[in-house]
Amino acid sequence: MSEEKQERRPVSPRRREQNRREFLRSAGLAAGVLCASLLGAIPVLRGESARLRPPGALKDLLDEQRFLASCIKCGQCVQVCPVEAIKLADLGDGFGIGTPFIEAREQACDFSCDGLQCVLACPTGALTHEINYPAESRMGFARLSRPDACLAVRGKGFAGVARGAGFAGKLRFEAVDRWNPIPLGDHPFDLELCDLCVRLCPIEIRIAQCAQGNPPSGDANQCPPRSAIALEPAGGEGAMVPVVKDGCVGCGVCEMVCPVEQSAIVIDIDKTLDTV
Amino acid sequence: MGYVVESLKQLFGKAPARPDSAGMSAEARAVHQAKKRQPLSKEALEAAHAEHRARGGNHTWRNRRWATLIGVNLLFVISYYFDVQLVEGALTAARVVGFHFADLNASLQVTLAFREMVLNLMIGTATVTLMWWLLGGRTFCSWVCPYHLLAEGAEWLHLRLVQRRIIKDHTFHRGVRTLFYLVFALLALATGYTVFETVSPTGIVSRALIYGPTLALVWVGGLLLFEIFVSRRAWCRYVCPIGVTYGIVGTLSPLRVQYDVTDCHHEGDCRKVCLVPHVLDVTVKGRAASLRQDLTSDCTRCGLCVDVCPTSSLRFKVKGADKLL
Repeated sequence: MSEEKQERRPVSPRRREQNRREFLRSAGLAAGVLCASLLGAIPVLRGESARLRPPGALKDLLDEQRFLASCIKCGQCVQVCPVEAIKLADLGDGFGIGTPFIEAREQACDFSCDGLQCVLACPTGALTHEINYPAESRMGFARLSRPDACLAVRGKGFAGVARGAGFAGKLRFEAVDRWNPIPLGDHPFDLELCDLCVRLCPIEIRIAQCAQGNPPSGDANQCPPRSAIALEPAGGEGAMVPVVKDGCVGCGVCEMVCPVEQSAIVIDIDKTLDTV
Repeated sequence: MGYVVESLKQLFGKAPARPDSAGMSAEARAVHQAKKRQPLSKEALEAAHAEHRARGGNHTWRNRRWATLIGVNLLFVISYYFDVQLVEGALTAARVVGFHFADLNASLQVTLAFREMVLNLMIGTATVTLMWWLLGGRTFCSWVCPYHLLAEGAEWLHLRLVQRRIIKDHTFHRGVRTLFYLVFALLALATGYTVFETVSPTGIVSRALIYGPTLALVWVGGLLLFEIFVSRRAWCRYVCPIGVTYGIVGTLSPLRVQYDVTDCHHEGDCRKVCLVPHVLDVTVKGRAASLRQDLTSDCTRCGLCVDVCPTSSLRFKVKGADKLL
C-alpha cells in the first residue's frame, strides 16, 4: 500500500460529513472554553477582585494587574504565615483565582513573623522581595469609619476579651509568648479607656520596643520611622479619638481587634501612607 | 531528529505518519510479510488473551502510577496539615525540602503575563524542566496531575455508558489543543493576566486538596460531567495546554514506551485503553517502520498499554541505558 494510492482514494461523502461535524464541534469547544476562561475578566474589570493583599503585593492601590499577573497561585505564602491570615481567592475573583488575600476583621496580619515570611516564600516576586520589614509594607490605610461607635470617642473603657470568647483570630503578645501567637480570646483586657487599636498596633509596638532599646530580633532596621496611630484628645470629658498617622501600613490589626460590632476602624485599600 | 519532528507533529494535532514501503526497514517489512503469509488464527489469538487474563490481567503500572499520583498529592496535603515543610505550595509552584519547583505551564503563563522572571522562578522552572526531561515529559499528566485521576474515573463511567449504548462518544479535532495552547499564551501576553489558570482543573484541584474545597470545584465537576456524557477524556485530549508544554519537554526525554512489532497480535487492545491512541498508530498491522519503535512524546507514559499487552510488545525503555550499563 503506497502513499500515492492512499492519497488518490476519494474521501467518501459520509467521511466528509463526519469531518465537517468534528470541525464544528471543535470550534464549539474552543469557543466554549475560551468564553468560560474570559468570564474571569468580569470581576477584575469591575474592580471586585481588588482586596487587602499580603505585604509586598505588586499593586498600585486598586490596580492589581501586576500582582495578578505575577502570582503563580501556589499558596506558599498561606503556608508560612504564623497567624494564618492569608487565604486564597476563589472562582468569584475571576483571573484573581488562587491569589492570596487577607480578611482583616477575621484575621489580620500582625507581622508576628517579623521577617515577612510570606514575602520570602513567594517564588515569583508577586510579593516583592524588595521589602524586608513590616514598616516598609503598603497594604492599605486605616480609617476611623464609625467615630460615633468608637469606645474611646465615647470616653468608655473596655473590660473582657475583644471580639468575644468564640473569636478564632490570633495575635502574638511578646509578653506572653515571643514565638507563638495566641487566640485573642485567651487574652482579656481591663482598660479605663479603650485603646486597643493603638495598644495592639504592630507598628506602635515596634516603636515602643525600639524606644526601650529592644528592637525586634535586635535589628535596628526593624524600627518603624513614623507612628501609625495615636489617641488624641477629643471634645468630650475624658474622650479621646484614634488618629491614623502616616506610618500606618494597613496591616488590619486595628480592624480585627476593635471590640465594637461592626468595627469602628477599617482598612481602605485605595490608599497607602504614600498617597495620603 | 525524526522522532522529535514526528512527536511535535502528533502533539500539535497531525495524524501519525504512515510509512510507505521505501521508508520501512527490511526487517520490519519481513515481519509484516510473514504475518501476512501466516495470519494468526482466531483460536491462537484468543488463547494468548485468555492466558493474559488468567494471569490476573495486569495492572502493575496502573497501580504503581495511582500510588505515585496519590502519594505525591498527599505529600502536599500532609506537609501543610502537619506543618512538616517537606513539600510546600501547590502543583503550580512548590518548594520541595527548600528547593524551588515550578510547574512549567504555570511558569510560562506567569512569565508571559508579567513579562519578568525572578531568579527563584527561573531556578524552579529549570529544575522542573530537567526533572520531567529525565522522567518523560507528559509523565506529569498521568503520574502526578490530580485531575487525571478524576478523569480516569469519569472515563470508566463514560466507557460503560457507551458500551450500553446509552450515550455516544463525540470526538474533536486534536489540533484544537494547539489552538488553545497558542491562544492562552497570547492571552497571557496581551491581557497581562494568567487567563488559563482561571479554568485549569490541575491548579484548582491541587489547591482544593491542600487549602480546602472551593467553589471552583463546580467547574471541575462540570468538566467531568462533560467527559462522562459527551466526550471521552475531552480536557486532557483536546484542551489542556499543560499537556502540550510537558509533551514538548518529553520529545527529548530518554524515558519512552517502546513498541516491538515482532510478537504483536495487532488486536488493538492497547489503543482502546489509551488516552492518546494516535501514538499507538504504529501498532496497527503493517504500520511499524522498524522492528522497534518509540511511541511519540504525546504519550503520557501511563503504562496502561504496557499492562494490557498480552505479548509484552510494549515496554518502558530508557534510551541509551543499555549503552550506559
